[in-house]
Amino acid sequence: MRYSSLALLRQGIAGHGGWPQAWRSAALQPSYDAVIIGGGGHGLAAAYYLAKLHRLRRIAVLEKGWIGGGNTGRNTTIVRSNYFFPQSVALYDFALRQYEQLSAELNYNIMLSQRGVIYLGHSDHDMETMARAVNAMQINGIDTELLDAAQVRAEVPLANFAADARFPIHGAFIQRRGGIARHDAVAWGYARAADGLGVDIIQNCEVTGFRIDNNRVRAVETTQGPVAAGVVGLSVSGHSGVFAGMAGFRLPITSYALQAMVSEPIKPALNVVASSWATGMYVSQSDKGELVFGAGLDLYPSYAQRGNLPTTQAIVAAMTEIFPPFRRLKMLRQWAGIVDVPWDYSPILGPSPVGNLYLNAGWGTGGFKATPAGGYFLAHAMATGGHHPISAPFDLSRFARAALIDEAAGAGIAH
Amino acid sequence: MLLITCPWCGPRSEPEFSYAGEPVMRPGPAEAVSDQSWADYLYMRRNDKGPHQENWCHAGGCGQWFMLERDTVTHANLRTQAPA
Repeated sequence: MRYSSLALLRQGIAGHGGWPQAWRSAALQPSYDAVIIGGGGHGLAAAYYLAKLHRLRRIAVLEKGWIGGGNTGRNTTIVRSNYFFPQSVALYDFALRQYEQLSAELNYNIMLSQRGVIYLGHSDHDMETMARAVNAMQINGIDTELLDAAQVRAEVPLANFAADARFPIHGAFIQRRGGIARHDAVAWGYARAADGLGVDIIQNCEVTGFRIDNNRVRAVETTQGPVAAGVVGLSVSGHSGVFAGMAGFRLPITSYALQAMVSEPIKPALNVVASSWATGMYVSQSDKGELVFGAGLDLYPSYAQRGNLPTTQAIVAAMTEIFPPFRRLKMLRQWAGIVDVPWDYSPILGPSPVGNLYLNAGWGTGGFKATPAGGYFLAHAMATGGHHPISAPFDLSRFARAALIDEAAGAGIAH
Repeated sequence: MLLITCPWCGPRSEPEFSYAGEPVMRPGPAEAVSDQSWADYLYMRRNDKGPHQENWCHAGGCGQWFMLERDTVTHANLRTQAPA
């Protein structure tokens, strides 16, 4: 069924009993032309683009739990493309441009809200660094602007502008095309569109190993039995290292817990995504009214999806220091996702050391914003065996070539 | 909050410590090291899910380095060992 206001009206009159299932509960087949491991937004997007753009048939997405239940359901839903290096801008702005027309393309409302992403600067040095970053971004065609303190006050009046603030606000920069999107809707929209093109989405199907022969994956072992595969895509975020280990190679990746949390819902109080360079904290207000916020990684590797208390405290302290009125709110929920962090904070895309196994890994703390790009370029690699020009700089070989794309230093990562 | 047993100071709480990565062996001699093996040494990691060997420093305490074997799923600290 095509979703439309007319369909909504008809279903509403009929009591909403007639909505069809958005995607099939497909049965696992013994063999596929293309198998994608990981049913998050990225994996589902890859399946959609494989079917739509590359005309592959017999595609399966294998998901350990339920689709969108990993990092797709655990992020803070921020989208933006304000990166420093031209390679990163090409990649992340590709994703943002896809997001800008994705609701129409998928016939599924992803609730994109381009409310602006603002980064507060707390010293003259911050402002000089921001001027440099904004200049680089503008040269690369990204819509960023430098704001002075008075302009910042108009954008975020509840921030701490006190003269004796621990982090005084000297100015900011903003990307107005940045904002938030509904994370579940991104996964569900891609799932529904992929299913419509014949993709089998297999939930509760954990991949437990590879059958590799002559440096090619012949089949993947799953909890529902072996599945022969022509080509395999790996889109498993925090578990990229585990799957690389199963396939017999290592990645330049360490897995960390990244926490996020929400307050109780309140009336509209914050109409941009606000971030602070000094603390790494970022906060936005969801459509339900909750403040959604987070900051840096937990301080050591982890596969536990909960996060530890010292980091939770640091995040809450940073958020309430920058926005003192929010001190009075109660916290509703806290959680963590496991993110795969490469040394240069840039993703690892394309061919792997195993012939027909392709990577969509290393998105670290910022994978949600890149969902359309991760899927698009994984599909391209799986269908063609090589790189799209945009994904080529992010090849695994960049580490041995000393051609890192160091966004950790370049963009002052805060997601 | 982790409770980490420093080989010198005994059990102390997590904020006193800093994580310093997986133990890795520098390849050599330099003229025999390929770009790939140098990249493996610099960048490639086991990133184990489960028991994981790690270097830690009791930075906010005695300042000494040690090896901690820690389960990355349960966060259980399995053992610590002073450098040989």
